[in-house]
Amino acid sequence: MDFLKRFAENRGAVAGAIALALIVVMAITAPLIVPIDPMSTRGRPLLPPGGEFAFGTDMLGRDVLAGIVHGARISLMIGLISTVIAAAIGVSVGAIAGFFGGWIDDLLVRITEFFQTIPSFIFAILLVAIMTPGLTSIVTAIAVVTWPPIARLARSEFMGLRRREFVEAAVLSGVSRFRIIVSEVLPNAVSPLIVMGSLMIATAILTESALSFLGLGDPNRISWGYMIGAARTVFRQAWWLSVFPGLAIAITVLAINLVGEGLNDALNPHLKGRVRIQT
Amino acid sequence: MRRRTTMGLMGRLAAVVFALVLAGAGAARAEPQQGGTLNSTLWPEPPGIVIGIHLNAPTLLPSSKIFEGLLTYDFALSPQPMLAESWDVSEDGLTYTFKLRQGVKWHDGEDFNAEDVVYSLTKFIPEVHPRSRPTFARTTVTAPDDYTVVLKLEEPYGPLIRSFDVIGAPIVPEHVYNGSDIRENPANRAPIGTGPFKFAEWASGQYIHLVRNDDYWLDGRPYLDEIYYRFIPDSASRALALETDQVHLATQNDIELVDVARLAAMPHLEMTTKGWEWGAPISWLEMNLRREPFNDVRFRKAVMHALNREFIRDAIFFGLASIPTGPIHSSSPFYTNDVPNYEYDPEKAKALLDEMGLEADANGVRAQIGLLGLPYGELWDRLSQYIRQALGEVGVEVTIETSDVAGWGSRISNWDVDMSTTYLTTLSDPALGVARSYITENQRKGVLFTNTAGYSNPEVDRLFAEAASEPNEDKRRELYHQVQKIVADEVALAWLVELQWPTIHSAKLKNVVRNGLGPNDNFAEAYFEE
Repeated sequence: MDFLKRFAENRGAVAGAIALALIVVMAITAPLIVPIDPMSTRGRPLLPPGGEFAFGTDMLGRDVLAGIVHGARISLMIGLISTVIAAAIGVSVGAIAGFFGGWIDDLLVRITEFFQTIPSFIFAILLVAIMTPGLTSIVTAIAVVTWPPIARLARSEFMGLRRREFVEAAVLSGVSRFRIIVSEVLPNAVSPLIVMGSLMIATAILTESALSFLGLGDPNRISWGYMIGAARTVFRQAWWLSVFPGLAIAITVLAINLVGEGLNDALNPHLKGRVRIQT
Repeated sequence: MRRRTTMGLMGRLAAVVFALVLAGAGAARAEPQQGGTLNSTLWPEPPGIVIGIHLNAPTLLPSSKIFEGLLTYDFALSPQPMLAESWDVSEDGLTYTFKLRQGVKWHDGEDFNAEDVVYSLTKFIPEVHPRSRPTFARTTVTAPDDYTVVLKLEEPYGPLIRSFDVIGAPIVPEHVYNGSDIRENPANRAPIGTGPFKFAEWASGQYIHLVRNDDYWLDGRPYLDEIYYRFIPDSASRALALETDQVHLATQNDIELVDVARLAAMPHLEMTTKGWEWGAPISWLEMNLRREPFNDVRFRKAVMHALNREFIRDAIFFGLASIPTGPIHSSSPFYTNDVPNYEYDPEKAKALLDEMGLEADANGVRAQIGLLGLPYGELWDRLSQYIRQALGEVGVEVTIETSDVAGWGSRISNWDVDMSTTYLTTLSDPALGVARSYITENQRKGVLFTNTAGYSNPEVDRLFAEAASEPNEDKRRELYHQVQKIVADEVALAWLVELQWPTIHSAKLKNVVRNGLGPNDNFAEAYFEE
């Protein structure tokens, strides 16, 4: 109850949550709202918005509205899955490093830093190019380049909690290390991680869009970044091909960021303010 | 300094005289005018500018102004004089005699003569020119006197008469190359030719600069003072440079096809699709005939009926294409449209698939296949998207595969692919550019631009071989007509469009595209009207 109240105090967060909820509903019900294949030719190419096609048609006569609605599925799915994978890697690495310390910590921190020294977007391009563009390779690439900040955050949280009395007590009473990490420390470290994870979904969506824009998207599925990338050469002739998917990305990312900030306020009342993420 | 002042004075005097002449004879404006600097786009920056050593499209454009061939070809690909003033082919088709032009000088002042031609055809081309090597390997070249060259053949070879243009057989200076390592010769960076323009400078990453050859063999030519080939890496910037008159000429891939109509409509620009007759590029969907279901001709016919090639032409190539009927380009003198025709008819496609026993499953899918698209940019991506969607409508589920250029080439040449899109120049003669994609003996694993589809028909092999060695043009035409009928009936490849490269140029620039070589002509006649 408290949580919801604190969340609701942030008006932006509420607006973001509503927008995000609408987008999620749109993605889930896409086949019901626009029951056509977004990749199929529906009319003459490059019809402007209005008339039969509210958002116009693209260079192959595909319905842009259908692309936006169906593209939401891919964009959100990639954002969510890649963040879950990145969080799983990041939290595991950070938890082990922070909990055990010593040489394990040294080793894992070096590995984390190694990943952080490579410019993440260039690294993602490289990975997708090597693995050949597709849904799996994009998700993998995004996860691989985004886990280090989570690992660092998790590590600092775990280091702080490791020396607290309830953890020491559990260690002394012979509870296994794995159980301590999972059931004693993690629940206490989870709030900042959730906040960070929520914001990372937005970053993942942007990364996927940027990859698709560069032609490294999955050519068999429609996504917002792909739509913009395919349309950039005709921007002067057909603005609607870039503007609508661009707006979709902007609104989604903004909504997720607002929600993330609201979560931050609600989960860490004493840290009220902005979370900064490095990616 | 003093010299420049005198020049300036002379120049002004000349201008006054010129103005008076103009005022006196207003009607004489149609006469070509001397002077002017032509700025052209060139992209990408070529690896070298000696034709033969390099054959990339951006090599050919500047190099064809510096070097010349014995002949050139008009729009119908009939031979026209160039370095050879006249020529004669013997009745039996075995002896070709060329009378060379006299008084032609190389850019370094030496005289051009038969020795240069013999050297070019017997040493230079066999050493460096992969495409023409097999052609001239059939000939023995001799020079009875300084201005006569004789080529002898063991058996007649029809395409030979179309092999003497500057691209197929550039004539290079014997006194520069003889006895040297051709590929390492310093003249490759500052080439010496006989053409109307001389090499001046190559500023890496910026431009290639050519200047007028004042000693050109054709009096009063060229009209232009100099040509700059400027490297502009981005297609939007190239379009802008044309719009603002900073460059006067762009061709082939320089301008995105979607931009062509907009630029062509501008009053200060003109557009033509003529001038690529020698190349005659055709784009096709290649099906790997070694695999199922492509080995069944009914499947290939179904694919042809499932594709709306008018849509491809209009929506993907923006009208800058035409629909091919078979393996030979419609601009070729050997073309016929009297072949089986495949109109857009998805129902027919479905019927053919039904007949094959490819039933649709619960999801409406009859077959699942992969498509490796040509990785040359968005236009080709859209083509793949369209093919995927069109075949999907008749129940053939296509998965688009992506690759870089090297991977694309290696997969196709190693036959490791279901379907792929590509385009190939079919060249001036079917024996040179068409047969290679269909004859059985040219199935060479690992070599790109061979018969990678795996088509094989002994009758077709025989007809191609016979047509290549038949001296009589009418008989050759008849043989090629038969080939086209068979190959089109068996859908050896799914021909999609004949590409029409646009050449966009300033309306003031005249005589740009005058013959079948188009922008690869030597530009001796090009001039600015003002």
